[in-house]
Formats: sequence, C-alpha cells, structure tokens
Amino acid sequence: MSAATGFKHAGTFERGVHPPERKGYSENESIEILPTPEKVDVPILQNIGAPCEPIVKSKQEVVFGEKIARGKGFVSAPIFSPINGKVQKLSVVTLPNGRHVSSIPIRAQGDQISLRELREIFLGGVWPNRGIETIDPEVIRRQIAEAGIVGLGGAAFPTHVKYAPNEKKPIDTVLINGCECEPYLTSDTRLMIECPEAVVTGALLVKHAAGAKRIVIGLEDNKPEAIKAMQRAAGGSGMEVAVLPTKYPQGSEKQLIMAILKRAVPLGGLPLDVGVAVTNVGTAHAMAAAVIRGRPLTHRIVCVTGAGIRRPRNLLAPIGAPARDLIAACGGFTEDAVRMIAGGPMMGFAFTDLNTPVTKGTSGFTVLSAAELKQTEETNCVRCGRCVDVCPMNLVPTKLALASRNKDVDLLERYSAPGCFECGCCAYICPANLPIVQLVRTGKAMVMAARKKAG
Amino acid sequence: MVEKTEKEKKAPPGKGKQPEIAPLIHVAPSPHLSNTSQTTRRMMIDVLVALAPVVLASLFVFRWMAVFQLVICVASCLAAESLFTIMRGRRPTPTDFSAAVTGVILALSLPGTAPWYVGVIGGFVGVGIGKTIFGGLGMNIFNPAMVGRAFVMIAFAGALAASGYESAAGTVDAVSRATPLNAFKQNGVVTPLWNLFIGNTNGSLGETSALACLIGGIYLCIRRTASWEIPAGVLAAVFGFGVIDTLVNLDSGWTFLHHIFGGALLFGAFFIATDPVTSPLSPRGKLLFGGGVGALVMLLRLFSGYPEGVMFAVLLMNSATPLINRWTIPRPLGAAMQG
Repeated sequence: MSAATGFKHAGTFERGVHPPERKGYSENESIEILPTPEKVDVPILQNIGAPCEPIVKSKQEVVFGEKIARGKGFVSAPIFSPINGKVQKLSVVTLPNGRHVSSIPIRAQGDQISLRELREIFLGGVWPNRGIETIDPEVIRRQIAEAGIVGLGGAAFPTHVKYAPNEKKPIDTVLINGCECEPYLTSDTRLMIECPEAVVTGALLVKHAAGAKRIVIGLEDNKPEAIKAMQRAAGGSGMEVAVLPTKYPQGSEKQLIMAILKRAVPLGGLPLDVGVAVTNVGTAHAMAAAVIRGRPLTHRIVCVTGAGIRRPRNLLAPIGAPARDLIAACGGFTEDAVRMIAGGPMMGFAFTDLNTPVTKGTSGFTVLSAAELKQTEETNCVRCGRCVDVCPMNLVPTKLALASRNKDVDLLERYSAPGCFECGCCAYICPANLPIVQLVRTGKAMVMAARKKAG
Repeated sequence: MVEKTEKEKKAPPGKGKQPEIAPLIHVAPSPHLSNTSQTTRRMMIDVLVALAPVVLASLFVFRWMAVFQLVICVASCLAAESLFTIMRGRRPTPTDFSAAVTGVILALSLPGTAPWYVGVIGGFVGVGIGKTIFGGLGMNIFNPAMVGRAFVMIAFAGALAASGYESAAGTVDAVSRATPLNAFKQNGVVTPLWNLFIGNTNGSLGETSALACLIGGIYLCIRRTASWEIPAGVLAAVFGFGVIDTLVNLDSGWTFLHHIFGGALLFGAFFIATDPVTSPLSPRGKLLFGGGVGALVMLLRLFSGYPEGVMFAVLLMNSATPLINRWTIPRPLGAAMQG
C-alpha cells in the first residue's frame, strides 16, 4: 500500500534504483500541438528491422497522411507524411544514437491542417470501448501494419509483428505499459490524463487482435492523476489497472511482467515465451487512431523538459519535426543547459544537432543543467558490490566491465553479458563513477561478433 | 569520453549589441544521472569516522602509546603510497584516504609496545606489497594492513608474540597485564565479560573495546559502506563454534560471548574483513566469506598455538575470494537453473 498516494500495489521486481523523479517540470502541462514546422525531415529507418524504401520523388507534392515510404520485408513499417508539402532531394540525417540514415525532407506548402483539427483527430472526440470484439482480428492487424505503427515506448518494434498469430506461443495476457519510469518524462502521463479512453480502446483492440484472455495496464504510483483517469476510463471494459511502486526500471518489459504476473522471461527470450505481450500506452493510442479513425502514424507526443528548458511542455509533434522547433516552442534553452538527450536521462542518447528530427521512438527531449548532470570524476573500482545489489537482471556489472576492458569474451559469456539491457542502474549507483554501461555495451558487441564468427 | 561540440550560435550582432551567449552542449554516454551521495572518498571517510570510537578507546587505554603507533603507521602508509605510486609513474592521490585508512587499521592491530620500526616497516610492506604492486586501489588480493602486520609478525616475532604485549616498566597501566586471550590460553584465566566489553584490558590497540567496535561497525553497516553480510557471517560462525566449545568445556568459564567480545574478533569482523576490495561481490558470497573468517578464527584460537587468529583468518579467506566469487555468480533473471 502506498502511504503517499493510497493505492494498493500489485507487485514489484527485485533490485533497481530510485533516481530523482523530477516530473514536476512538465507533469502538469497539458498537451499542446506544435505549430506546423516549415520543414520536416523524415528518416526512412525508424524501427527495429529493415529500413523503408521511399516511394516519392523529389519535387513531388504530398499531403498529410500520404504514404511516402513502404516497408521492406515482414519486420518493417511504412512511413507517412505529417504535413502538406513538397518533397525535397533525399538527404541524410544523423540520429541521436549515432546512425546515419537516409531521410525524406518535405517543405511545407499551401494550407496545413489546423492545430485545432489535429487536436480533434488525435486527442478529441469519442473513443469506443464497446463492440471491439466484432472487428476481425486479422483486420486489426492489417490496419496496424498499414498505419506504420511501431512501439512508441522507445524500442520501435513493428507492432503487427509482435501480434502476428503464433500457434506455438499463444498470448494469454497483454500488458499496457503506462509506467514511464524514466525521470523527467511525462508524455505518457499526460496522454493517460487527457485521453484515457483512447488508451482503453487501443488496449482492447490489441487484446482482441492477440486473442488474449486478460488485459492489464501497469502504472507507477507517482502519477495519481493518471491512475484515477485510467481507472475511470477502464471501468466496465474488462481492462485491469495495476498500480506499482515507483522504482526504476519498472517500465522495462521484463520487470513489468515480473511485477504484475510474477513470470520470468527466459534469458535471451521474448515475453512471447511466457505468453505475454507488452505495449506502450502511446502505441495503444496510435492503434486506436489507426483502426477506429483510419489515421496512419504521423504524430506523437514528445515531452520537452529539464532544467535546461525555459518552459517545459508536452507537445504533440509531427514525426520528422526538427528538435529546434520543439525547443523553440518551449522558450528555448536556459543559460545553464549543458546536455540535450533524446529520451530520458537514464537510457537516452545525448546529441547536439538541432536539426535532429523527431522519430517514431522519440519519447522526449530532456535538457539537463550542470547541477542535474552526472559527475564525471572517475576513480578506481573498489568492488563494493553496489552494482550487483541494483542490477535488475541480477548480473555482475563490475565483472562485465572488467571483462570488456580486457576484451575477454569468455568471461563476458560466463557472466551473461547479452542479458544486459543497458538500463543504467549500475552506472547510476557506482561510487567510483565508472562508465559501466558504456563498457558493457562494447562487451555485448564483442560477444555478438564472436558468436557470429563462430557461426 | 566527453566531446565538446558548440551548439549553433546566432549570427554575430551589429556594433553596440551584446553577443548572445549560446549554451555549450556536450555529449557523453548514458546514463546522464548519477547518485551523488556516495563516492569512494566518502566511503573511506565513513570508515575513518567509524574508527573514531575505536581510536578514542585506544587513546583512553593506551595513552601516548596509541598516539605513537597511529602517527607512525599513518605517516608510513601515506609516505609509502606516495613513493611507490610515483615510482609507477602515476600521480599519488592521498586525498582518497585509502592509505590513511590502511594506516589507522594497521596501527590499531599492533600492540602498544611495538617499537617504531615495526609500524614503519609494516606500513611500507603493507602498502607496497599489499596494494601498490598489484596496481593500486581496487587491484589487490590481500588486505594491505594485514599483509603489513603478517610481515612484521614474522620478522619481529618477539615484539609481536603474545608475551610482547606485556611491558612491566612504563607509564601505561594496561600493558602490565597479559592480553585476555593469552591469559586464558596460558593460564585458564577468564577475564570478566564487562572488561572485554568496555575495553580496559591489554591487547592490540583496537581490539580491547568491544563496545567501540560495535558502535563503529554498526555505523558502517547503516551507511552501507560495509556490507552487513560479512560481519553477520563472522558472528554466526563464531557463535556456532563458540556454543559447541562452551558446551564441551563447560567448566572453563570461557563462553561464546567471551569469544565474541574478546580479542580482535569484532574489530576484524567490522573493519578488516569488510574491506570491499578483498571480499566477494555478491551477498551470498559475502556471507560465505564472513562464515569462513569466523570459522578460521575459532580454529586458530582453539587448536593452534596462537591465542588470536583474526589476521591469518582474513588473509586466508582473501585468497579464497576469487573462488567464492566464481561459486556465487548470481543467476540472471530468466536464466535456466543450473543442474
């Protein structure tokens, strides 16, 4: 039972850390619609899987919602134009994770959809939660695929692939992830507060498409307003609301499954292996917009926050909008801004180029001041074991870091390096400020390369 | 690792206007937050704070002898670390306090009667061979203070033997009697529990007051600078063997409580065995390590010629730490159970 909020807890996972939540910058800011940018730059790779193939040419005119790139292969998702405009020459954009990908720049031209209309399309109106069972599951999956929907929580896995029928591994439970465990970010929180019915609709759609018997939404107890909104919206729909104690990384899918269902996903396996699928609330919302309103994925909610932003906000922004536009809409940088991160501060990628576009997986831009930032003075590892005490996967981060430094692939395998999902708990807690995540990341790459070579 | 890249600046202003200072944004790998309340230096300072009650008790009992040993050992350890680190071509960092901690622990493990060269050589050997040769802080296998003490114990056998603790002449009252453990081993004399608890007995500088060790030790565990699993394991093992010994030797008057409060057991359990560098990483491993230390201490106390066994027990278990680490690799979440 949470004394602070009065909610009954459904369960938790072992270990983890408690970074400062710092949601106060933006958690009370209603979603605003970003003014349509003059130019968007749409990367052709925005998901796990194969990059898309552009189907438009330079100087071609496109409209809001028109497909501009088609998916290649099964594990891919098409991409749509978020504005009315003219396609420019194919370009290259550097994503925050360092990858260079081709992109389709579109310059806005002519009349655009009004901001009020965009709000109505994505956040307004009625979202049904009855009669979902009458829709053919195959139709749901097809429309999700055709709308280009991928996981909006950050991993960006094509959703129709996750819910493709699998006789050997049927799904009995779908979990909707409303935890948003990263500090600072509040995009999912505001979505649940302002448009909870859409989340319920999307959840019911995905439950029906997966053939699951049970649908549960998990939220951390640091968002009481969102919890109440979801409880109200889910009433009578069959969707359960599970409140979990706030702990990082509760929003990680393996930890969410452990907390709510007490099932352990096999190491190296998928939630499918224990009959579960996990989907972000933003993805559920996008699925509702696609199936009920026929809207492809063209916009998403991006939280622009941190001490380095003058007026933190939650913005509904077009995919492909440059970071510059979002930051300007939030009053620009403060004087002491020192780090700009795509995503949250625990797992997000730092970047500097303001032309960097919003992609399907961009949950927010966090701009930190020097006071909020990680200390960088590194000292020696004294084997205190704190990293072992906090690793949610029960690994030994200090040994993995040591193995990585010495390029010892055997030691990395023995300590299960590929099990690490780079949450950052170890580096967060380390008294010596060692770059453990960076070292383990390198180590994982060494293991993958060695496994590939071994065949 | 940290690259500095300038964010786009506005166009240079015309004459007479102040230039707009754009913030300097740089990149680094995730995570971008860290828990600032714990650093390695703060852990070392915690140890020094926890040692304060023990040092105060030793000053009270041993007076100038305690001051003498503390000054010599701390100075030697600091000098040794600076010298050897410079010889390795690195910059010495005395302000990380690790050498100071080694010095204090070494001093507290010596008898008050030890000559000046015992502390000096103990400090140099302990820091040089116990730590710097392995590569500095975090790289050593054996507890550096104990390495120094083991060396002087063998090199200056007379000064550190059980009888060396006594000195009839001199101003300090405490050293005129035998240490409690030695008195029991040689003559079956049982020192009252209260004296063992408070500390007005003879012994090495830090071992006499069980109360001071407990206060400091519990502070360390609460601060999470020391892992509680290690002292818990030590006390559990000593309790277990102590109870058996008490039952077997019911008429000796020496109970398991005497074992716990007497000698350097509490000092060793909380301050020596808990050195994170030389003890295992996982909670299970720490319990095993503590249990091993406790068992070896009892073995040495009951069956060897030495009245006390903490130093040897810790060094032996240090050598077993890599093996214990291998035995207690935690099972990753979702990994199959090993058969």
